[in-house]
Amino acid sequence: MAMFVKPIIGLIIALVFCSNVSTALYEDQVGVVDWYQQYIGKVKHAIFHAQKAGRRRVVVATEENVIASLDLRRGELFWRHVLGENDSVDQIDIALGKYVITLSSGSILRTWNLPDGQMVWESFLQVSASSMSLFYVPASIEVGTDQQIFVSAGGCLHAVSSIDGEVIWKREFTDSLEIQKLFQTPDGDITAIGFSSSSQIDIYQLSAKNGDILVHKSASFPGGFSREASFVSGDVFVTLDATRSILVLVNLNGGEIRFHQTHISDLAEGYSGTAAILPQKFTGMFALELDSLIMLMKVESGRDLEIIEKIPHPASISDSLLLANGQQAFAMVKHEETKVHLTVKLDTDLKSNILKESINLDSQRGSVQKVFLNNYVKTDKSHGFRALVVMEDHSLLLVQQGEIVWSREDGLASIIASTTSELPVEKGVSVAKVEHSIFEWIKGHLLKVKGTLMLANAEDLAAIQRMRLKSFEKTKMTRDHNGFRKLLVVLTRAGKVLALHTGDGRIVWSLLLSPLHSSDSCQHLIPVDIYQWQVPHHHAMDENPSVLVISRCGLHSDAPGVILIVDSYSGKVVSSSKLSHSVLQVMPLPLTDSTEQRLHIIIDDNKKAHLYPRTPESINIFRPELPNTYWYSVEAVKGAIKGYSFRGNCIDTDEDDYCFDTRELWSIIFPSDSEKITGATTRKHNEVVHTQAKTIGNQDVMYKYISKNMLFVATVSPRAAGNIGSATPEEAYLVVYLIDAVTGRIIHRVTHLGAQGPIHAVVSENWVVYHYFNLRAHKYEMSVVEVNDQSRQDNKSIWKLLLGKHNLTSPVSAFSQPEVTVKSQSYFFTHSVKTMAVTSTAKGITSKQLLIGTIGDQVLALDKRYLDPRRTPDPSPSEREEGIIPLTDSLPIIPQSYVTHSLQVEGLRGIATMPAKLESTSLVFAYGVDLFFTRVAPSRTYDSLTEDFSYALLLITIVVLVASIFVTWALSEKKELEEKWR
Amino acid sequence: MAVETERSGSRRSPRRGSRSFFPAPSWPCLLVLLILLVTSAHAISQAGNGAGYSVAGRIKFDGISSKGSGLHTKKSNVKIILNGGQRVTFARHNGYFSFHNVPAGTHLIEVSAMGFLFSPVRVDISARNPGKIQAVLTENRRALSELILEPLREEQYYEVREPFSIMSLVKSPMGLMMGFMLVVVFVMPKLVENMDPEEIRRAQEEMRSQGVPSFSNLLSGQAQR
Repeated sequence: MAMFVKPIIGLIIALVFCSNVSTALYEDQVGVVDWYQQYIGKVKHAIFHAQKAGRRRVVVATEENVIASLDLRRGELFWRHVLGENDSVDQIDIALGKYVITLSSGSILRTWNLPDGQMVWESFLQVSASSMSLFYVPASIEVGTDQQIFVSAGGCLHAVSSIDGEVIWKREFTDSLEIQKLFQTPDGDITAIGFSSSSQIDIYQLSAKNGDILVHKSASFPGGFSREASFVSGDVFVTLDATRSILVLVNLNGGEIRFHQTHISDLAEGYSGTAAILPQKFTGMFALELDSLIMLMKVESGRDLEIIEKIPHPASISDSLLLANGQQAFAMVKHEETKVHLTVKLDTDLKSNILKESINLDSQRGSVQKVFLNNYVKTDKSHGFRALVVMEDHSLLLVQQGEIVWSREDGLASIIASTTSELPVEKGVSVAKVEHSIFEWIKGHLLKVKGTLMLANAEDLAAIQRMRLKSFEKTKMTRDHNGFRKLLVVLTRAGKVLALHTGDGRIVWSLLLSPLHSSDSCQHLIPVDIYQWQVPHHHAMDENPSVLVISRCGLHSDAPGVILIVDSYSGKVVSSSKLSHSVLQVMPLPLTDSTEQRLHIIIDDNKKAHLYPRTPESINIFRPELPNTYWYSVEAVKGAIKGYSFRGNCIDTDEDDYCFDTRELWSIIFPSDSEKITGATTRKHNEVVHTQAKTIGNQDVMYKYISKNMLFVATVSPRAAGNIGSATPEEAYLVVYLIDAVTGRIIHRVTHLGAQGPIHAVVSENWVVYHYFNLRAHKYEMSVVEVNDQSRQDNKSIWKLLLGKHNLTSPVSAFSQPEVTVKSQSYFFTHSVKTMAVTSTAKGITSKQLLIGTIGDQVLALDKRYLDPRRTPDPSPSEREEGIIPLTDSLPIIPQSYVTHSLQVEGLRGIATMPAKLESTSLVFAYGVDLFFTRVAPSRTYDSLTEDFSYALLLITIVVLVASIFVTWALSEKKELEEKWR
Repeated sequence: MAVETERSGSRRSPRRGSRSFFPAPSWPCLLVLLILLVTSAHAISQAGNGAGYSVAGRIKFDGISSKGSGLHTKKSNVKIILNGGQRVTFARHNGYFSFHNVPAGTHLIEVSAMGFLFSPVRVDISARNPGKIQAVLTENRRALSELILEPLREEQYYEVREPFSIMSLVKSPMGLMMGFMLVVVFVMPKLVENMDPEEIRRAQEEMRSQGVPSFSNLLSGQAQR
């Protein structure tokens, strides 16, 4: 019999392997485990486009260099373009009703098709100096004629054809001329008004046809100018003198330039500070910003000033909007406790409001930063107004009729740091709920079987898809068995902490930092980083987890720090304090106190260490560890890496138990004329390594050199420190160091000749993978360096392992050379890389994948097996069995292994990975302008059934088997009976 | 002034790829699909001031091959990236793009278009004889005198779900289990029947003498009883 069974089993195994399950995604699985959110960033320019027919939209430009067209009804994106990193948008406008014109980085003029966002043309203006630039599109009634766009950039005036972007003429002025205003006079000439030196005003009148200067006038003002101006009308503008204490009204009427001076202290009684002119565009008015208020002023008959309104801060004023009947309207936003008042006024009647609305706003949105006004005609022919409001947390709201029509959380476009937090444990589930969910579960599976057996109709299919995407399980606010449900706690550049649910990406809570620290007299609160503060488990289960938010109270790195501890279940502030010292470096220690609060060391700019939390308990925990604690600093500017140890308490500060002095132990100084530090990376401090030993093909054991203190540093030659294209292969080299951060010993050093940055590196376990540019091949390259521990290499058998040389028994000395062997290999890689990360799992058993953020804003998952220095062109059978892939000169890019599948995480900046409880799975959060979250299983989900697994089919199989047993039993009984009768 | 001096065709290479040069007007009606990057090697001109040059090229969508995958390539979102992000520009509706004020040296141009894999292009701008550039596809080291780049391949980001078939059900672990059961139930007895009774007895005796209680003799033992 055995001879028959064997081939059958063989056949079965063969069949199982044939039907191999791919790790890639099917198209209908999109959105099941992943979510994707699109943002644009803080809006700085907005132009409404609300035609009578067609879609109403608003075109915006943001501080993330995004140009986008938004649906005015719902706030969704019609289209969006993310410009280059240093291509910031100066001005946008809509011309001819269907083109969006943008001027960016002072010299690039682009035209986009309004309906679909296709670029129509791009024009690069040759400018010698970068300075304030602006463009002017003359309002033309005829559509289709070759209109000209006048652009002032870098001391030149260009006339650009609106059809193809061709420069028609160019007029150079003196280099220092900063044109403030461009406009077309009724007779067709172009007038340019600007400051050409600190105290001189120049006015040019040019021919629109060829740029000939027709009239040139200039006048100087002895007090100097602050170089900001607000135009009240075509020939009257206001500016400030160099000290910003005198308001200068400049009247150009009648061919001569006249100045009228007014002291600001005369306008605002006893005011001694400086003032600023807001850049809003009004006719007949201007807005002056003082420390605590905004003054709205009217200019009468070209010289007399009249204060219309004094608005206390925080407040915001919109540009004026020209209505159909020739009137002008503008909006003002004022704050009053939790309410925001929006008032709209007409220039013909400044005393009264045409519209006054109060809106209740979420206090976590902060104050209003910008307001853009738009009008529409109501059915009764009166004017209705809607306002686009930009808030302090960078969110965008559309307000109409006292209601928020839609809001966008655009602060999430600028995440600077992220961490995770567990959700609460599920307590007491009601029977009814369980019954309900079981019923739902069965129903769902029946539907699924229907789908598999092709019995489902379109409606059922839709129901299946909906069920998969909106599973109740996924979005619950409790911890799950697999650890997929967590909170992502992110910190944005606007200084807001938000908790996102990993199930669907919704915001669970948010907290704006600036109101919390307003009492600390913090002018500029710069958020720095976010850490896990308290992760309760074991003996502190009843505590809520919390996160530590570190910010800086000022623009410079020596400004005092501010720390905040936030409960991660509720978003409530547990404690907040302003520190007496600055924050240079934060180190979470591997120590926790009795309530599971993690001990943190904050290093200030005087190289003093401060221990947090400031409790006697933490001191008692930390003191015994003091001699074993080290830290290092990488000073890229000075080209030095220094290692420090801790000494006793600070001497000069009086009696502060929580302050420790540090002592420099070692330093590595790179000569500035030959090497320049471009990157330094270490292992993630919470990475788990399952085993040090690795069995290789020939039953041998290799020991990984696992050190938490391994620091990767890359330096390049100073001449090749710039971009690609700036250096030749001969003058470029890249040196890579592996440094023990405690002893300062260089474990490994390798030089890549003809290579340059940018360098992106990942350190994990005993290996480093780094990405750089090879100038000789003119391709990107990735290298892997693996460090193996040689000291335990003799421990081959179990007995030797137990009794032999061991890391724990061998004496440890800073002077002893670690016995390590280093292997490395390099491969070509096609794409530029923006960021790189590695998957992390709960126990570190699962193999690893590199997550590579490519230049196309996609995230590619690449098996670590491709980056194995033991790869050879022709691996032996035992090596093949071990899973070593034959060596190829370049790394494969398999489209199915993009974890972002067909999505692009525009402006990708970082990838965060965190382990799920399920060992096979790692959670991945990629952030940039967009957010993307998914989970990956580098070795497939070997420890759980896939989401696709059909329980119903299993049940049916079992039922069929049982039934067939009974049938055959009955048949055999019958047969037996017949035989007996025979 | 940045004036592009394109002399495409004046030194057209004899390579096959150069045939696929389509006139601009025909293109909007084409339904996406193969992208051709046509960068004229001579589309380089010295800028009016300073040492900057202009590099002009062309990306072209062409109606060759592929079904469906073109859906996720929006024509409007094709980015051209110089030197790993130093500058970013977009393709116009006719596929043209240009970089201006690029200094002499060796540069890298990458194309990001969803659904397609492009080879980065190495572009050498010579400082000694202005206007002369060389372009090489870095992936396959193909030198391009006229820079006609074909995308290396299309990228299919999803696994294709195969339609339901009996085979897939049979291949599934449960199907295999059932198949195995059926084989045991129906084929095995036939095999045993066809065997010589003598042989069966001998085999059974052999097994008994080995003393290994096996499933088969357990079954046969019961049957004999």
